[in-house]
Amino acid sequence: MSDLAPTQTSNGMLTHLGHILRENPVTALSFGLFAFFVGQALVGQWLVPYDPLATNAAQALQPPSAAHWFGTDQLGRDVFSRVVVATRLDLTISVLAVAISFVFGSVLGAIAGYWGGWLDAVLNRILDTIMAFPLFVLAMGIVAALGNTIENIIYATAIINIPFYARVVRAEVNIRREAGFALAARLSGNSHLRTLAFHIFPNALPPMMVQVSLNMGWAILNAAGLSFVGLGVRPPTPEWGIMVAEGANYIISGHWWVALFPGMWLMLAVFTFNLMGDGLRDLVDPRRRT
Amino acid sequence: MATRWLPILWRLVQTIPVVIGVVIISFLLTRALPGDPAVQFAGQMATPESIEQVRAALGLDKSLPQQFLIYCQALLQGDLGQSVATGRPVLTDLATRLPASLELTLTSLLLSCLIAIPLGVLAAVRQGSWVDHLCRVLVTAGVSLPTFFTGILLIYIFYYLLGWAPSPLGRLDFVYFDPPRVTGFFLIDSLLDGDLRTFTGAAKQLALPAITLALFTLAPIARMTRAAMLTALSSDYIRTACAAGLTPRKVLFGYAFRNALLPVVTTLGMVFSFVLGANVLVEKVFAWPGIGSYAVEALVQSDYAAVQGFVLAMALLFVLINLIIDLSYALIDPRIGFSSK
Amino acid sequence: MLSVKDLSVAFRTRKGQVDAVRGISFDLAPGETLGIVGESGSGKSVTSYALMRILDAGGRISQGDVSWNGRDLRAASESAMRQVRGREISMIFQNPRAALNPIRKVGHQIEDVLRQHGRATRANAHEKAIEALEAVKIRDAAGRYHAYPFELSGGMCQRVVIALALACGPKLMIADEPTTGLDITTQKAVMDLMGDLIRERGMSAIVITHDLGLAAEYCDRLAVMKDGQIVETGASGDLFANPRHPYTRKLVDATPRPGVNIRDLLPPEIRTPDLPHDVGGRALLEVVDLVKIYPGKSGPVHAVKGINFTIREGQSVGLVGESGCGKSTTSSMLVRLLDPTSGAVVFDGHEIGGIPAERFLRDARRGQIQMVFQDATDSLNPRHNAFDSIAEPLRRLGALRGAALRARVRELAHLTGLPEHLLSRYPHQLSGGQKARVGIARAIALDPKFLILDEPTAALDVSIQAVVLNLLADLRARLGMTYLFVSHDLNVVRLLCDHVIVMQDGQIVEQGPTAAVMDAPTHPYTRELLNSAPKPPAPPAAALTNAAE
Repeated sequence: MSDLAPTQTSNGMLTHLGHILRENPVTALSFGLFAFFVGQALVGQWLVPYDPLATNAAQALQPPSAAHWFGTDQLGRDVFSRVVVATRLDLTISVLAVAISFVFGSVLGAIAGYWGGWLDAVLNRILDTIMAFPLFVLAMGIVAALGNTIENIIYATAIINIPFYARVVRAEVNIRREAGFALAARLSGNSHLRTLAFHIFPNALPPMMVQVSLNMGWAILNAAGLSFVGLGVRPPTPEWGIMVAEGANYIISGHWWVALFPGMWLMLAVFTFNLMGDGLRDLVDPRRRT
Repeated sequence: MATRWLPILWRLVQTIPVVIGVVIISFLLTRALPGDPAVQFAGQMATPESIEQVRAALGLDKSLPQQFLIYCQALLQGDLGQSVATGRPVLTDLATRLPASLELTLTSLLLSCLIAIPLGVLAAVRQGSWVDHLCRVLVTAGVSLPTFFTGILLIYIFYYLLGWAPSPLGRLDFVYFDPPRVTGFFLIDSLLDGDLRTFTGAAKQLALPAITLALFTLAPIARMTRAAMLTALSSDYIRTACAAGLTPRKVLFGYAFRNALLPVVTTLGMVFSFVLGANVLVEKVFAWPGIGSYAVEALVQSDYAAVQGFVLAMALLFVLINLIIDLSYALIDPRIGFSSK
Repeated sequence: MLSVKDLSVAFRTRKGQVDAVRGISFDLAPGETLGIVGESGSGKSVTSYALMRILDAGGRISQGDVSWNGRDLRAASESAMRQVRGREISMIFQNPRAALNPIRKVGHQIEDVLRQHGRATRANAHEKAIEALEAVKIRDAAGRYHAYPFELSGGMCQRVVIALALACGPKLMIADEPTTGLDITTQKAVMDLMGDLIRERGMSAIVITHDLGLAAEYCDRLAVMKDGQIVETGASGDLFANPRHPYTRKLVDATPRPGVNIRDLLPPEIRTPDLPHDVGGRALLEVVDLVKIYPGKSGPVHAVKGINFTIREGQSVGLVGESGCGKSTTSSMLVRLLDPTSGAVVFDGHEIGGIPAERFLRDARRGQIQMVFQDATDSLNPRHNAFDSIAEPLRRLGALRGAALRARVRELAHLTGLPEHLLSRYPHQLSGGQKARVGIARAIALDPKFLILDEPTAALDVSIQAVVLNLLADLRARLGMTYLFVSHDLNVVRLLCDHVIVMQDGQIVEQGPTAAVMDAPTHPYTRELLNSAPKPPAPPAAALTNAAE
């Protein structure tokens, strides 16, 4: 950003990241886990030992072994391969959903928070209405209405998350609307829109990052939950929620591995995102720089 | 004194647009459901003519605004339509199944408040101690748990491995008879009936799903309690109270906790929304005959009146809960318009 | 009666142990009022918390003795301490509104204390609490009993806090910055009340404050603290007349007071000759019947009710008043951030009050009217480093880029005394004085003709305030700027301004040349303001320099 030394700034960002990772082991752990999941999503499908869709009736419901690390399911498919391959789909859904709700929520919240008045009142009523539905129920309704596709899962998840972002941004923008630096930006010739976009909004980022990380977790849970009730991704596509749902039928007969491993993976992914919150905030917070 | 009731009135007025919005959204959602309701209602032996008759009878041949008006009129008369799957009025279905869901939800909320609030308070008072670390681990793990997965895990451990829990199928094992219906809550009804055997049976059946839900809600409540207590404890008025020689008990509960309760109460509203959503999943896992499992079946079958009724009932229930929370908030916090100046 | 020997307080922090107080000793005699004076971070508040043993988590008394009427307070058990707190030693705090439990009626809060110490029973607590409120001269005490803190003004809240502190008849009262955040007239009322009550009841008191003038006026003896140590103790008058320690001397010098020149605030070794500024005859800014009405929840709020004044080229005008008098609204309208409801603002011969604020952004005159904001921390974007903050107006309005921009920013840093290597720092890495310099550099970046200074030194320590005020005086002379200096502090206005305007309730009650208004005020409100300002005793140094400006 600085005219002094533009190249130094990007270097500074990396040093800053290194500093944050060294300072807080929990953050380092979460960023490491995140890299692990991203790696799976990117190259997992070429590394797995079996075709995640290949059935083998002779090998159905085998417990974990050297050949099948996580065992096999009722159709003899390799659970490990399916779990790893499912990462890409689950991460894509949550990242896209969060990105959409981040953008829309931020714009709406920033406008309402900065200008206030009737815009604010209308937005608040709309958000109230969305929030009036138990969110998972609303997501169910949206997916059922629009049809069982991955895009619709993403839209549904995005819609139910928009109010959270809008609320956070609105509050953060509102308290800074009359801050000295915002007024100073106006005196420097920035219009309301520029002041909002380049001076006030960036300062709302640190608390938003915590929200983003929590939301990524929710988004995955939400997508998996939809699949679990039969409203999301359809079998035989590998997806953690469906795999847990399928495995649930066999748990009473003691075939625990069919549900356990996808469930654990799902949990670990959500756990990673939740842990990342503080680290992400520190990353975008200039006050943490030394 | 008249001004005292003004904020309440204003809060009531504010719910009106939300209720209207809820009705519109639930109407639009269900109209967009795939499948033709007229075909469903007409049954399998239907001819094109009979389908058209049904369509006209349901008002589906009219324009969308007209349909909406018809829907609203029916709503005002308490008519939520007929369920295709059960063949009964949706209102009846919901009324019979709602107590099951509420019993589960409220038990789990109570359970989680009883654990989470003391835990959060302890974590804040002994900041940095092992209680605090335990709280943080529980909180992060708790929000990461997919409820449907926890439920399955609990079933595996407590039913399959240990055999402590009854089979996860519904509210009461078949060896018991349903208690005479008064409130619809089995725990209460069996006690009213004086039937302790049924009460224990119902409680056993309720334990696992309630714990599953409680685990899920523990995290936000404990986290908010801890944060609110920390804020309250570092406030200037706590220092004033200490400097005036008040006992730690009085400072902690009389001053800090009462102030910390305000944000916690607000969080409860949010948590309630999560629980109602998670209910759907947990009811499916435990074959709990509540409105959540009803809705899942209805959605899968595109049973539009049932879905509509469910979404509307959930939303209105939630609006009501939020209203109660806001009003109780106003009772605790004098700054929200209740000043008797 | 109270004897503190070699007291040290240490805090455990992430970066290791920090010694907030390092071996201080003092005694307090019955009936005596001791002032502990120091700038932020000097350890003065921590000292008082240590005496009461109410240090925050992580803090502890690392060495020394505190003896209270022969009892060792450091060794006393926690329950014994509770008997002392509130009953024998009590405390009042800064920010009175936050010092009261926001959701408990003030009467009940007083009852809690009375009953804790067995001074009231369930039956007579109500009555005794009202008595306590009456003792601090709260009118309609029975009615106020039922009020919540948010329903009371700041001054009223502080009275309640005092009532709470005095309810159980303590022998010693510790007041920690009791008037910070209160208006100057309220400050006087609260301090006078406290002084009277202390005298009537024959109590001792410790007043902790950053304001040397205030301390000198109300205390018998002063202890000056710096970096956790007491550098000097002495009778109030003596300390002012004859400061022995160099730090005390610096503080005494830097305290604005009548009869001194702006240069006298600085330590003698860095004093520079006064630069005269020329006041031209031409009017730069004319304000005609300016009105601002805000739509309020309970009817329109008339913030500014038709004011008129003229500022001549090169003139420095002080705008004085208490919170809510409309001075901030006025300055926002003049700087064209806020649109007036009616009236005219004529700048350099052209009406600009009617140009909507959003359109004025693109006006050629935007760069000519600038402002320095009240809180240096709040007025710098936390995400921009000092360079970007100063460069912002140059980029947007000056269209400067690259080398020219860098050169100009460096020039501005030099002009405002900001070391060049600090330009790459973010606000949180700068001290209060440095942030003030960045704010000033940004405001003068476009060579404005007219600069509005909105309490630019209110959040600064007094020694830094001295430096910043002198910087402003230098810049005025060098760049020929016209100032509108908005302030609540009459002593500061007297130092910097040629002309002064006094506002109350959205109206100008008095205006005129500074000397005339300050020395012979005609309006009762001006007189009240002047009366309320603390009057530090004049140090001998003042006699040496010529006070006339």
